[in-house]
Amino acid sequence: MKVDLYEKIWMLLAAGLIAAFLGAIVFAAGSQAMRPPSHMETIDPAAVYDAPGFSNPGLVEEPDGRLVVSIVAEMFVFDPDEIEVPARRPITFRITSPDVIHGFDVVGTNANAMVIPGYVTEFTISFEPGEYLIACHEYCGLLHHDMQGVLIAEEESS
Amino acid sequence: MNRNHRLASAHLAVAIAAFAVASCLGVLQALSIAGIELPEWSEELFYLSVTAHGVLMALVFTTFFIMGLGYVLARESLGRVVGERAGWLGFVLAVGGSVAAATVILQGKATVIYTFYPPLQAHPAFYIGATILVVGSWIWGGVLLASYRSWRREHPQDPVPLPVHGMITTVIVWYLATAGLAAEVVGMLIPWSLGLIETVDPVVARTFFWWFGHPLTYFWLIPAYVLWYTVLPQVAGGRLFSDPLGRMVFVLFILFSTPVGFHHQFVDPGIEAGWKLAHTFSTYAILYPSLVTAFTIVASLEVAGRLKGARGLFDWIAKLPWKDPFFSAVTLAMLTFTVGGFGGAINAAYAMNAMVHNTAWIQGHFHLTVGTTVALSFMGATYWLLPRLTGRELRPMALARFQPYLWILGMLLFSGSNHVAGLMGLPRRIYDVTYFGAEQAQSWIPLTKIAAAGAVLLFFSAFAFVFVVAATVLAGRRSEAPAFEFARPLEPVGDRGIWDRFGLWTVVAAVLVVIAYGYPLFHLLSQQRFGSPGFSPF
Repeated sequence: MKVDLYEKIWMLLAAGLIAAFLGAIVFAAGSQAMRPPSHMETIDPAAVYDAPGFSNPGLVEEPDGRLVVSIVAEMFVFDPDEIEVPARRPITFRITSPDVIHGFDVVGTNANAMVIPGYVTEFTISFEPGEYLIACHEYCGLLHHDMQGVLIAEEESS
Repeated sequence: MNRNHRLASAHLAVAIAAFAVASCLGVLQALSIAGIELPEWSEELFYLSVTAHGVLMALVFTTFFIMGLGYVLARESLGRVVGERAGWLGFVLAVGGSVAAATVILQGKATVIYTFYPPLQAHPAFYIGATILVVGSWIWGGVLLASYRSWRREHPQDPVPLPVHGMITTVIVWYLATAGLAAEVVGMLIPWSLGLIETVDPVVARTFFWWFGHPLTYFWLIPAYVLWYTVLPQVAGGRLFSDPLGRMVFVLFILFSTPVGFHHQFVDPGIEAGWKLAHTFSTYAILYPSLVTAFTIVASLEVAGRLKGARGLFDWIAKLPWKDPFFSAVTLAMLTFTVGGFGGAINAAYAMNAMVHNTAWIQGHFHLTVGTTVALSFMGATYWLLPRLTGRELRPMALARFQPYLWILGMLLFSGSNHVAGLMGLPRRIYDVTYFGAEQAQSWIPLTKIAAAGAVLLFFSAFAFVFVVAATVLAGRRSEAPAFEFARPLEPVGDRGIWDRFGLWTVVAAVLVVIAYGYPLFHLLSQQRFGSPGFSPF
């Protein structure tokens, strides 16, 4: 196949560009653990409120000091819909749904995940101090736009 | 009406009708999001409209247009459409399926958005109608393959004409993609909506959906590429810069269109991060053919400008026929893809995706890609096809010339503001964006008004397009239909080469799909899983 010299150069540069993009992604994934939430844990959606952690959703400090927030996302509320966490500390979110698919987005942060019935979404993230809107970003029915909450990250006084 | 192209014309007419209806819905949604009070409007109508707009634009308009274009290209570059009666059967099925699905959507019984993720459950007629539409398109694919094989028997050594090379690519990608859709809809959603099975697993369903959903975008895009490679250089008065690279590009689409779906599920639970990273690699591989295309097509246009006497570095651009509505529509569509394509690279960027997933950025993105690159290419193609199919001149010509520029201006406002609002966190498809006065929501409210202004311009542009089509068909001045001419390559094409071995490439592509989905699906299915019953909160 005969290819024009300039086009050959372009094709090489294009391959280099893609390699650079992928290199940046692999570097961030490897060195800074920048990877998307991919937790594998199933749960019976009909019995969410009987499951450990979800029977009394909210912030819990585990014996090992980890801060875990359990949230039930259901038509058309987050339970709890107001969450207070200390700022700049890793917070582990555990979220599930007893009905349809919902989204969990802490607006202005990288906390952005799907909440799928039958599965537990889990990820860990920390927040700068501030008050953040939590929005459901996956259409879940006619009152989808009313499904919201607030997350308050407070400076720890010590 | 050109008697040879009745089948194609019927498909194009349905496509344009669906586009007209969906355009009206689109502008209403944008006005509603901007907080403008519309009479008789409600959240019920809003989400119904979002569903109808998505289904009519993304599934009905595109599929019918591509089927019609495929028939035209087969007839004109192979000299035949083998199995035309089957083609009519496919048409009737596709229309019937679309009408069934549209009816239950308009009745409010299928407000599930065009992605129809379970456990949201629509009326069974929605899933069955969509399936029959796809079956109709499978028959279309069979007719194109039969036409190609018939031609191939007579020309064992020749390279297939490039327009048909691209359309056969489209058919193969469509078959690979819709295998996933069939598994989801026929295997899970139809029996579930009929009550034959009680529950389905939403993550498995989403995985099958995106097995289909991403190659779907290449099913839209490849026919646009066919127009860029084979018609645009001809209309511009130039030559195709490289024919074999065009074939290579199409083959790369066969290989890498399908094993990429997890980049729509980056933030899903239940799928391992390693497989999401693997799909990131194949997603970036699919950038490559588009980068090659950018060079080939722009070089072809430069050849056109030089043939018209351009000498300087950039004066060839001014020599191009910017007043030709096909040329301007298709070229602007192509330039838009440079922005839309890089936006896609951001969406596919494994970790960066969390910033934009399910925000207004995404609707900004796909209104550039499918909503402009594909849709505006198809509008341009309509301006090219109409005189050839009807033997009538475009009327009113001034409106046809103006329309593509108006589309771009409207899209600049609509898509630009949606991209920015998405970065600020505005979720997509939201009836009321104020969030009871939340502070962060204040920042994106002005942007929804700019988006609405853009949508109004887009609506006028869509109206102008439909008006030109109707006026040309009904009252265009009769003249001799121009010939269907395709771009000649700069260098003569040799014998049939490796890029024409469709069977081989299809096998390789199928293997890649099995690698990309085999283990993740096996892993998912081997867990203890709990299905979901249906919910219809609409």
